[in-house]
Amino acid sequence: MAKRVKQLFLMAVMIAFCAGTVSAADDTIRVGFAAEPYPPFTVPDASGNWTGWEVEIIDAVCQEAGLNCELAPTAWDGIIPALVSKKIDLIMGSLSITEERLKTIDFTDKYYNTPAYVVGNKNMAFAATPQGLKGKVLGVQTATTHAAYAEKHYKDTKVKQYPTQDEINQDLVSGRLDATQADSLAMAEFLESEEGRACCDLKGKAISDPAILGRGIGVGLRKGNEALKEKINAAIKGIREKGIYQEITQKYFKVDVYGD
Amino acid sequence: MKSFFTPHRIILLAIAGALVAIIATTMRWDWLPNYYGDLLAGVWITLVMLVSTCILGMLLAVPLGLIQVTGPKLPALLCKGFCTIIRGTPLLLQLWLIYYGVGSLFPQVPEIRNSMLWPYLREAWPYGVLALTVSFAGYEGEVMRGAFAGVPHGELEAARAYGMGRFTMVRRIWLPRALHRALPTLTGEVVLQLKSTPLLATITVVDLYAVVSKIRQETYIVYEPMLLLALIYLCLTGILVVTFRYFENKIPTRDV
Amino acid sequence: MTALELLALSPPGWGGLLLKGLAMSLTVAFGGYFLGLLIGIGGSFGKLYGGPVMRDLLDVYTTVIRAIPELVLIVLLFYAGSDLVNRLLLLFGSRPIDINGLVAGIAVIGIVQGAYSTEVLRGAIKAINPGQIEAGRAYGMGPGLLLRRIILPAMLPHAIPGLSNLWLIATKDTALLAVVGFMELTLATRQAGGATKAYFLFFSTAGFLYLTVTLLSNVGIRMIERRACRGMPDVG
Repeated sequence: MAKRVKQLFLMAVMIAFCAGTVSAADDTIRVGFAAEPYPPFTVPDASGNWTGWEVEIIDAVCQEAGLNCELAPTAWDGIIPALVSKKIDLIMGSLSITEERLKTIDFTDKYYNTPAYVVGNKNMAFAATPQGLKGKVLGVQTATTHAAYAEKHYKDTKVKQYPTQDEINQDLVSGRLDATQADSLAMAEFLESEEGRACCDLKGKAISDPAILGRGIGVGLRKGNEALKEKINAAIKGIREKGIYQEITQKYFKVDVYGD
Repeated sequence: MKSFFTPHRIILLAIAGALVAIIATTMRWDWLPNYYGDLLAGVWITLVMLVSTCILGMLLAVPLGLIQVTGPKLPALLCKGFCTIIRGTPLLLQLWLIYYGVGSLFPQVPEIRNSMLWPYLREAWPYGVLALTVSFAGYEGEVMRGAFAGVPHGELEAARAYGMGRFTMVRRIWLPRALHRALPTLTGEVVLQLKSTPLLATITVVDLYAVVSKIRQETYIVYEPMLLLALIYLCLTGILVVTFRYFENKIPTRDV
Repeated sequence: MTALELLALSPPGWGGLLLKGLAMSLTVAFGGYFLGLLIGIGGSFGKLYGGPVMRDLLDVYTTVIRAIPELVLIVLLFYAGSDLVNRLLLLFGSRPIDINGLVAGIAVIGIVQGAYSTEVLRGAIKAINPGQIEAGRAYGMGPGLLLRRIILPAMLPHAIPGLSNLWLIATKDTALLAVVGFMELTLATRQAGGATKAYFLFFSTAGFLYLTVTLLSNVGIRMIERRACRGMPDVG
């Protein structure tokens, strides 16, 4: 009797599994980015649609490359494992190109490059240097170049790692953190908001370290995917040449974020 | 011992041993020596959180259970409402509500920053301790209610007949008997509490899970750190279960 | 914006997103719970009537799953699980499939629930009066018929407290899927809170929604219990 039950049960599981998984067509490219809000790059609105500079760039690049892209918001600290395990096919979520990451995944050419800013409590005066941050409490997002930078350079600072930049901003506003280091554009957005203005101000640019902070933001893909990489590189070049990139950028920022 | 090592067991143990050997030799473990200290610190924090919240939670749970059984209507209703709300909402939600919800109130009350409590309100672990304690108390309050209600009335009546005051009766008869009835369930609940501690990593408390997350992010290795994490939790659970079973056997019983 | 405007069902209110998240949570909870029940029926039978190897393997399954935190299991199964499945499929020569988030979430919750329900159902089946099963066999009932007409109905009253507890655990464990980026109620709440800074409001609302699910479930469970336990002596 146990044998029959076992067989029936295994069959049921197999059927259910197959039924549920034969899903989207194989030529859909799933583009991963952080599922948590990261203004002004990727922001969800109340109806669940995603907007923001990066979302528009994703649409533009996919259209230019002729790819059928699907947005796939993924938890940030699992985004590279998600790419490696084929849950997503590309990462376009402000992922910096670093040597460390190049060991595991591949990158296209960059599509923007902005420095790292240190933002802190406006009632405290300190510089954006390891000495300035000595004894302070600094918040960084896990799995970012800023976290790696903080671990390497800010040895006398209490570094707290958060799952999202949004939570760091919250704790800056509530006073639990003295400072944070993050992308300049995201920080500019934060400082323009009401609570950003009330609590904090810009302390300065972080001292450059390209080995850790990376050579710009690129599209992440799995190793060995040369054809896709070429298509996307061509598309990035294409939208810059056609002016689409500048058009989208002007909607959100006053400067050209492509960098040098 | 003889009956444990039957032929099929030996074969299964051999297969398991081979699997472990394969995992230990072919997978990447070169990161382990670098993070040894961090891992130990993480285990320590996890255990501290577990023990402190279980003890504090029990201190809160005993009155919660007792009031529901003996007390006047209104406090009993409040306690029941508290337990229902805690047991009806996810712990993750409670944790985030306490940490971020309370945190969002700080800018509106500037005096807090000058108060004595501020250094503690800045840290993440007090919120973690509070959330886990309240959660444990909510579940154990219900367990203790059942335990208090299940102690045979005859014993309580005998205590009154001896002239014991209410507090003495609770202290010498009701509480010990209720605790003894609840002990097997409490063992399971402490294990469940251990399994709730990883949630603290989401509010920046650096417990074992947070350390392994950091390893995963810095090395980009997918499987090995998680396998080690699972193994460590398996061992911790095993130690807990064995410890509790030892204490269960030490308490003398005459089967009731 | 006032609280009521923030919670409005259509944008720019976030109420609609929260309810969509709740629907997702409930879908995963239902799917995972029933998958867990299926695994539990198979597992409990394996433990009671299976051979020694089957019993040992199932013991390993239930012990390991019940000893490791759900969060760790969810992260492990979410990332490693789909990767393993794809590798196995490649081994057998077929193409890798794309497992969508909902299926992965249901599978994860189902596997975790399966371990617990194996134990609950095993205890419930052991509590059935063996005379009933023997009588069924004496009548010449085959295994399938025995399962359907004797074992499942008879074990239900004993299993209901444990199974109802598992249902409540399933609804709350879906919150952990927020950590892997699955859009259920808790993650939707955090997004709404993050976008509007009204954390207290949204987290309290989410808590209220979960509580409603729990209370309605309790009512439903009591109805099932009354029907399944009819004719049995009252407990306590």
